[in-house]
Amino acid sequence: MSGLPLDGLAAILVLPAATAALLAFMPGYRVSAAINVASSLLTFLASLSFLFVKPASGDYFLVDDLNIVFVVLNTFVAFTASVFSASYIGHELETGRLTSIHLRFYHAMYQALTFAMNLALVANNIGLMWVAIEMATLTTVAMVGVYRTQAAIEAAWKYFVLGSVGIALALFGTILVYMAARPVLGEGVGGMVWTTLLGRVAEFDPALLNLAFVFLMLGYGTKVGLAPLHAWLPDAHAEGPTPISAVLSGLLLNVALYAVLRFKLLLDANARAIAPGPLMATLGLVSLIFAAFMLYRRRDIKRLFAFSSIEHMGIIVFAFGMGGPLANFAGLLHMTMHSLTKSAIFFTVGHIAQAKGTQQIADIRGLTVSHPALGWSLVLGVLAIAGAPPLGIFTSEFLVVSSTFARAPWLALLLVFGLLVAFGALILRLQGMAFGEPSPGDRQTTASTLPIAAHFGLVLLAGLYLPPPLVAWFQHVATMLK
Amino acid sequence: MLLYQTRLFALLNVFALQAVILALSVAWQAYVQDAIHLYVTAAIAFAFKAVIIPVALHRIISRLGIHRDVENVVGIGPTMLAGLALVALSIVVMLRVVSEADALAREDLAFALSVVLLGMLMMVVRRNAVSMVVGFMSLENGLILAAAGAKGMPLVVEISVAFSVLVAFTVIGVFLFRISERFETVDARALEQFQGDRL
Repeated sequence: MSGLPLDGLAAILVLPAATAALLAFMPGYRVSAAINVASSLLTFLASLSFLFVKPASGDYFLVDDLNIVFVVLNTFVAFTASVFSASYIGHELETGRLTSIHLRFYHAMYQALTFAMNLALVANNIGLMWVAIEMATLTTVAMVGVYRTQAAIEAAWKYFVLGSVGIALALFGTILVYMAARPVLGEGVGGMVWTTLLGRVAEFDPALLNLAFVFLMLGYGTKVGLAPLHAWLPDAHAEGPTPISAVLSGLLLNVALYAVLRFKLLLDANARAIAPGPLMATLGLVSLIFAAFMLYRRRDIKRLFAFSSIEHMGIIVFAFGMGGPLANFAGLLHMTMHSLTKSAIFFTVGHIAQAKGTQQIADIRGLTVSHPALGWSLVLGVLAIAGAPPLGIFTSEFLVVSSTFARAPWLALLLVFGLLVAFGALILRLQGMAFGEPSPGDRQTTASTLPIAAHFGLVLLAGLYLPPPLVAWFQHVATMLK
Repeated sequence: MLLYQTRLFALLNVFALQAVILALSVAWQAYVQDAIHLYVTAAIAFAFKAVIIPVALHRIISRLGIHRDVENVVGIGPTMLAGLALVALSIVVMLRVVSEADALAREDLAFALSVVLLGMLMMVVRRNAVSMVVGFMSLENGLILAAAGAKGMPLVVEISVAFSVLVAFTVIGVFLFRISERFETVDARALEQFQGDRL
């Protein structure tokens, strides 16, 4: 990007931070929503510059092929979500669910969250990464509670308690990694720089590393939403504003996953430490099957898709846990597809809930008749997320299953079983909501169909045809992940 | 100690005491390691955790008028036993794992882990939101202890921990106020709304 005085790395950090400060003092929602969108767009463009010019890495920041995928995806979805947020929040203001002071807070927090997530993704220092993830957690806690209803505060409180315990465990793990590194690398900053750690990790004390990984896996795993630690996730998704549900599902879970992956690489490089793969694969599989069954019992539409997020994070963690070039490739692809699809679904669901004035599945019927655009978007979205061909998720799930079959047929059977159970649940719920007699209560909303269409377009494109440069890129990253 | 206290004010006093001990031990670490920045950490720990936060919580509790007994989910006896078990566990785990490290760092880590686990235990067994907050901060104390024990760990981390406590406290404070606005109580049971649709 020749036009920018700074390089892309500075841009993706400074832009959101500056905008957050600006928006905190900005009255009037139209202007601040527009600034929110513009800043997100600029951040996305800056992240695209990574594809051409790779910024230099230092002790604190690192840009390599792995996190470029995450950063570009992250900023793209943050941009489309801000477009959606502009129209969604306008409606919330009209109906009086939000006041303008809360809104100012909301927009500032949105940019602060973008900043924190980008920081976590480009951090090379494991302490800095931890701080960034903590910051991302705190901003989302504040946004989940923004409606000030009883349910929203309960959700935010639960999220806060579970999230901060998870984060505390992750910090303990981080300290243990440093303790393990100290005898080899000496004292000082070097012991917390990921690239330095990776170079010498083979000489670390394996027992300390094992213990550290258990803490890190549980800590960041809480943020990923893995099964026994997922309790905050559905509440936070259901009670917060819908743009935040989209950002949580589509982005924040990925950021936490990215942290887990970085530490998995460390463990993999030490031959005497436990292999992290089986632990991750087990947790992933448990999440998948548990969430698939939970889908049947949901009555709230946002909660339904929150559980579907747990299911998909389970698949992704399982794929990375299996390891190997093919499974890693599938995991990366699935993560990308899931982010795009799930955030598009939340955009749709946000408009549906506004149009119908309810989030209860039982009260939403016949959408394809009353709101054709939203109804068919929902149909497409549910088909995509359930893994129907020819959409992108089908491709990636197929790759996960086939790579597992080659190595562990029994696990693949469990995986397929989980996928089918989830498929059934989603289709069952979809029928009632999309078809049949329309239910009363259809306020018209000014739906922003552009972000939804953009996401589904990409997902469909990926299902039909993956461009060779992208495939080559992902393959390269997949071999890097081992 | 924290586990045993049944009244909120007493709980806060014990927490302040714990913070003072923490500050002293961090300062001791600073002396042993000859690391000046650890004195800063000790000072921060002392100022925030031993003085400001307990005082602020005192005021919140008096304003809300909830200085009554704390309800435990589990009785005190079993809780103490569980606490002892956790301490034993962390000592066993730590001593086995870091057998190569020097004795001071090893015991420091074992203590830190047990404080972390006790903080978690406290968050689990208490219903009251204020004592959950105290449990959480005790957990953070354990983390600072661990960070201080890790010789030569960069300052970044200590500042971040102190900072996080501050931020966490403001968030908690805001939530306490909102919770009290809405339910007239800081009892977390009042937050249980969606029994049917959760898991």
